[in-house]
Amino acid sequence: MNATHYDRLIYDLSVKGRRGTMLGKNRFDDAFSSLPGNLMRGEAPALPEADEPTVVRHYTNLSMGNFGVDTGFYPLGSCTMKYNPKINEEIASMPSFNRLHPMQPADTVQGALKAYHDLQTALSEIGGMAEFTLNPYAGAHGELTGLMVIRAYHMSRGDMARTKVIVPDSAHGTNPASAAVAGLKVVEVKSLADGTVDVDALRSLLDGSVAAVMLTNPNTLGLFERSIPEIAEMVHDCGALLYYDGANLNPMLGVARPGDMGFDVMHINLHKTFSTPHGGGGPGSGPVGVRAGLEQFLPNPHVVKVEEGGETKYRVENRDGSLGRISSFLGNFTVELKALAYILTLGREGLALAGPLATLAANYIKESLKDDYLLPIEGLCKHEFVFDGLKDKSTGVTTLDVAKRLLDYGYHAPTIYFPLLFHESLMIEPTETESLETLDGFIGVMRTIAREARENPDIVKTAPHNTPIGRPDDTVAALNPKLKYC
Amino acid sequence: MKTYYLPSHEYIRTDGTKGFIGITDYAQKALGNIVYVDMPEQGDDVAAGEEFGAVESVKAASDLYSPVSGVVTEVNEALVDNPRLLNEDPVGNWIIQVELSDPSELEGLMDEEAYLASLK
Amino acid sequence: MLERCGVERLEDFYADVPASLRLGREYDLPDSMSEDEVRAYFENLASRNTPMVCFAGAGFYDHYAPAAVSYILSRSEFLTAYTPYQPEISQGTLRYIFEFQTMMCTLTGLDVSNASMYDSSTALAEAMMMSVAHARKRTRVLVSATVNPASREVMATYALYHGIRLDTIPEKEGVTDLEAMRAMLADGDVAGVVIASQNFYGILEDLTGVADSVHSSKALLVLTAPASSLAVIRTPGEWGADIAAGEAQSLGMPLGFGGPGLGYMCCTQALLRKLPGRIVGETADASGRKAYVLTLQAREQHIRRDKATSNICSNQGLMSLYAAVYLSLMGPEGMAEANRLGCDGAHALAKGLCETGLFEMKYPGAPYLNEFALKCRDAESLDRFMELCVSGNILPGVRLDGETLLVAVTERRTLAEIDLVINKAVLASGSGINTKES
Repeated sequence: MNATHYDRLIYDLSVKGRRGTMLGKNRFDDAFSSLPGNLMRGEAPALPEADEPTVVRHYTNLSMGNFGVDTGFYPLGSCTMKYNPKINEEIASMPSFNRLHPMQPADTVQGALKAYHDLQTALSEIGGMAEFTLNPYAGAHGELTGLMVIRAYHMSRGDMARTKVIVPDSAHGTNPASAAVAGLKVVEVKSLADGTVDVDALRSLLDGSVAAVMLTNPNTLGLFERSIPEIAEMVHDCGALLYYDGANLNPMLGVARPGDMGFDVMHINLHKTFSTPHGGGGPGSGPVGVRAGLEQFLPNPHVVKVEEGGETKYRVENRDGSLGRISSFLGNFTVELKALAYILTLGREGLALAGPLATLAANYIKESLKDDYLLPIEGLCKHEFVFDGLKDKSTGVTTLDVAKRLLDYGYHAPTIYFPLLFHESLMIEPTETESLETLDGFIGVMRTIAREARENPDIVKTAPHNTPIGRPDDTVAALNPKLKYC
Repeated sequence: MKTYYLPSHEYIRTDGTKGFIGITDYAQKALGNIVYVDMPEQGDDVAAGEEFGAVESVKAASDLYSPVSGVVTEVNEALVDNPRLLNEDPVGNWIIQVELSDPSELEGLMDEEAYLASLK
Repeated sequence: MLERCGVERLEDFYADVPASLRLGREYDLPDSMSEDEVRAYFENLASRNTPMVCFAGAGFYDHYAPAAVSYILSRSEFLTAYTPYQPEISQGTLRYIFEFQTMMCTLTGLDVSNASMYDSSTALAEAMMMSVAHARKRTRVLVSATVNPASREVMATYALYHGIRLDTIPEKEGVTDLEAMRAMLADGDVAGVVIASQNFYGILEDLTGVADSVHSSKALLVLTAPASSLAVIRTPGEWGADIAAGEAQSLGMPLGFGGPGLGYMCCTQALLRKLPGRIVGETADASGRKAYVLTLQAREQHIRRDKATSNICSNQGLMSLYAAVYLSLMGPEGMAEANRLGCDGAHALAKGLCETGLFEMKYPGAPYLNEFALKCRDAESLDRFMELCVSGNILPGVRLDGETLLVAVTERRTLAEIDLVINKAVLASGSGINTKES
């Protein structure tokens, strides 16, 4: 990152008549000019006009206004910002994958289909599920797909009365939003003070109108739901299915599998647990897995392994009973390749260590900072934990201020004001890919900020100071939306 | 004219036939800078306890519930261009005007005293 | 580290996980691999794939992209960044999204754009749900039979679960049957109408009067077309659409076996608050420096939860950067030239293939840009033609049924490649004995 403010847009650099690339000569007869005028646009689009060096410099300068995993540490709770190994990128850009058209004959894409199948098989083993689809494009898309699986299952049994989905009040906002898109009504179940599910409250909500219960485990506070076997039994007894939101899968790697905990359907965020880059918001990938007996409801198309004339072949097929199609083709394929490369690199022993090491890193930070920051729930956590702001509340320094001050020291902010269980939530998840030195560096800075809050609170309250811009005015942005260059 | 309240912080100022519905001063303070008001159209039906719109601040949004059933006779167009009027004077700047279809619904609402007490 | 945490072994962190739930064994997965082993594994898989000279389209096109695009995309400040919730350290991401929004507005001729969607099929499904949310009480949406079938399948899936009645407007000679559409609109219960121009068969549909018909029934008009074509064809805005949604993979993105692509979605100012997904807006910081932020967030899932306009969390961040850099380098002239090349090449190929006698235009006389449907003499001949092409590493198009082939030509296809395909058709149309290349 570069602290100087680069304030141009490519449109500011546009000069009429400039261009950044040349195409080959047109050796064909002119057909374009004979297209009917009323079907063509009135004037050329107002795109930038710039030469290649100008474009490259502009975007290089833009990039320097960005923070990424490759610039520094993200203690971002619930987001699992792992390091993104570079071999993954090399694999995903191999022309023999990248230049395949999605509708090529299956015989010409056997390697690609095998990669899809290998990844779905590996995820099934890791999740304890019977089968995965890799078609969903993102975590939220996976959630939606998973809920559609559940609805398709109930509909297939002729049970049309199940229209509700129960989510904990501490759930990510996408859970209720996905449920609403899937046509389900959301019922929130209260959490106990420690953020775990109130089993009695849940029991009282379970009846023939419930399609599913959605949970993460460990939960948003990094605590393992000990009552999960009991919950699974209750949910299944009432005829509903149990959905696992894979947002917090990372600490369970090598330890326990959602399928063995009694979950029926789950999604995984490849851009969290399986190290694919976030790309500033996407493209992600949100594979969905199901236990045995629910495979037929997964979306079309899917990849199958068959024996043909003594040879193993991969085919793309549609299944009757499927919930339908949820993507144009087979999902974000090159993202899937990166996740497969990661799984193969770590292998069985490496993956089994990822969960415990992520948990170790989280506990190490928690124990190191609990003298300065308020730890509402004592004890061991899993991959993440929540502070309720600074311990010393007299300074008036808020969680937002701490987060912004961290930017000055070259760290990304933690997740703040989530979960809603505490007023000053500050949620930290370090992942297993950070060295002890990085963790110690972060701990040192967090302590420094706590000291600054006592000695010189203004410097924290007005942070950040060393970033390209200060805190932007969100109200002006929303009140008079300016959403394009003009 | 008398004013009644919902626990969700909407008020209706009414003569028993026509009423002005808006949000209370408490509600605007809780929301902070209001940047958008989602309103129904003139002629739409509203129902007691049902949602008829929403108010948005930068990082929060709150649904609006109607205290009574009836028909929307007017919407406060000034809020389209200047939603902050709700912050400045939420009582003077009602959101919709309705014609009540069942004035007896007013009996189930809180009066000013009860509402103010509920805030404590 | 363990000591500070007050435990002796890593397993102690999991004392709260009941033994019955533990895996209790190793994963049934391969041993870890070195980088070279991983590379070899994928090289082996890659050797079982055949990239082809691509005349296939049907939503995904093999366009040229300047080398500088992938070079910029590989910058890890873009690649490894999180969603730009911290604007002070995310101006790079926020600015390119703002640029992308500007570019999509000019391409579609509409007022506002979101920061992108997953792909065209999900963007159209979102547009369908947006029409229903806007109409409040009406829950029926019409989609033309000439919209990409994969997109229509995805819309049907979303419609089924979301409680929308999705009806198909029949096609007539490769274009939307507008009379049928008007009859369906007359029922008065339609919230939105989804039409493609250019459509799935590559035809530029004449939508004169369509917006008026749709609007007089108080429904919204959703139009879709490949993003690259929008640089030259009449825009959704010019046709009077309320929403434009579709696929932007055609802006030079790699085929990538179908993903990631890039969905786009734009709408009129009046519908702004109903637009799903991320939106970036311009503002300033306290010292007056221009700054960009995610704005209008109160529409979104993390605040509105089940009342949100959509469940979408991500944008296709990096792919919208791809679009922005690509369009900056191409500019209006480059886009016009690329479209002209594709169009001229497509017409040359269509003419050549029809002259062999093996094919005829499926929809003769219908205007098209760079994609067209052909009808083959019979299914066996098409089998033979496909086989001849594929064995020569040419993908001649997408087969829609026994006798129909959908062919796309981009600016990457050369005169020589086009001649080669025509040559295969000559061979295939022969006696049927000589299936070997001469």
